[in-house]
Amino acid sequence: MAEVALTNARLIIIGGSSGSLEALLQMLPLLKTSFPLPVVLVLHRGTLADNSLTELLASRTTLQVKEADDKDLLEPGCIYIAPPDYHVLLEQDGSLSLDVSEKINFSRPSIDVSFISAAEVYGDGLIAVLLSGANADGALGMLMVAQKGGFVLVQDPATAAVAYMPEKAIQQSPVDRVLEPIAIAALLNKVRKRNR
Amino acid sequence: MLGYDDTELLIEKINQWYGYDFSGYARASLRRRIEGFFLKNKFSSYSSMELSLAQDPACFTRFVEEITVNVTEMFRDPGFYRALREKILPVLATYPFIRIWHAGCSTGEEVYSMAILLSEASLLHKSILYATDVNQAVLEKARTGIFAGASMQQYSENYMLSGGQKDFSSYYTANYNSAKFAPWLGERIIFSSHNLVADSSFNEFQLILCRNVLIYFDKQLQVKVLQLFDKSLDSLGFLALGSKESIRFSGIADRYRQVDPKEKIWRKSR
Ligand SMILES: C[S@@+](CC[C@H](N)C(=O)[O-])C[C@H]1O[C@@H](n2cnc3c(N)ncnc32)[C@H](O)[C@@H]1O
Repeated sequence: MAEVALTNARLIIIGGSSGSLEALLQMLPLLKTSFPLPVVLVLHRGTLADNSLTELLASRTTLQVKEADDKDLLEPGCIYIAPPDYHVLLEQDGSLSLDVSEKINFSRPSIDVSFISAAEVYGDGLIAVLLSGANADGALGMLMVAQKGGFVLVQDPATAAVAYMPEKAIQQSPVDRVLEPIAIAALLNKVRKRNR
Repeated sequence: MLGYDDTELLIEKINQWYGYDFSGYARASLRRRIEGFFLKNKFSSYSSMELSLAQDPACFTRFVEEITVNVTEMFRDPGFYRALREKILPVLATYPFIRIWHAGCSTGEEVYSMAILLSEASLLHKSILYATDVNQAVLEKARTGIFAGASMQQYSENYMLSGGQKDFSSYYTANYNSAKFAPWLGERIIFSSHNLVADSSFNEFQLILCRNVLIYFDKQLQVKVLQLFDKSLDSLGFLALGSKESIRFSGIADRYRQVDPKEKIWRKSR
């Protein structure tokens, strides 16, 4: 299927809702220090206070972690977290834009919004990962990623604190792999960057 | 979605037909909004959308209304309003007359929030608030001072978090599903149309707020608009942006000092 994205990658995007933090806390420490790609993280934040999510994740990885600012230029080895109450959109020049438009799937940030935007720009250079959650957000996004030739990775629902979101994605979209968090991290470590 | 090249062509044509230049808008959102407009109006194809836009000015008006994102709130980011209350208004209070510009005011929730702050600081009578937007429909709505009733509970919470101590509901009259704000709050507000892309500076202000508007522009247009604000600010004026926006890379940054470590408020120093 979309295996080409594994050796041709330009961006990794990860979405998650309830229970996804646990998965991330397993995955992040395993990512190698010289990680060659930017990572965009779109999480439904619930009640987590402003900076605490960034700090918590930063404490578990050697990669740089920052809450996205408008027009940030995506750098390899940096994790950009969608800020509360903003959608994150990807621009063709390798930067990101923020957007306060209507909630999608009751969510802002919405995983679908970012995944669809990333699929448009990055096509078969995109690797999308969907983690635990109790919302259908992300399922449509995964389908779009797959249609544009991107690589679609879903957390094994059996390992997810809340299986609904990964299950929805598996029903609605072709998926390349269904894996537990540790295996997702191992696969991401093998991803090779597109050399132009 | 409309392809990248076709998007560029459409932008060019719209500029020719109507003199509206969208070329400085960030493409990711612009293309998403064009797609939304296309679906909402059930055009059979992109070319029929283009034909309608070419032939029907009313269709173009709807296009502008759909392309611009008008989502807004009262006391959005309470910490920001708290900083206005505690750090900015005491400075403005020392002036004989206060001019404030809300650029991209949308349906008015932000400027009404400001009017409440000013009134609680006993400054409203000597203030004038210019609230501008490119979208005529939102301005008309803003002029009514009527907001969604369902939002009042959240606005009231925001208001209290911003340091408000009154009963928030004393500012409006509730009606079925709307809340009409007291006319005296709106008396010092002038709503008018202003396009940040094309229109020039029209006054000198002590405070300019432009929140969550620059995110829809590319870097180049952001710089141009920030220079417009720079020109429109008094020598010690304040500039306030949205919580994820900044003046970095704008060429004006070296003349401004951030007033609060967290909130996006700068003061011009010369
Ligand atoms: C998301 S709203 C922000 C409302 C409010 N400032 C807030 O932060 O809640 C963005 C507003 O910018 C306006 N806008 C977009 N392009 C503009 C332009 N070229 N000139 C003036 N206003 C513009 C839109 O019509 C919209 O009402």
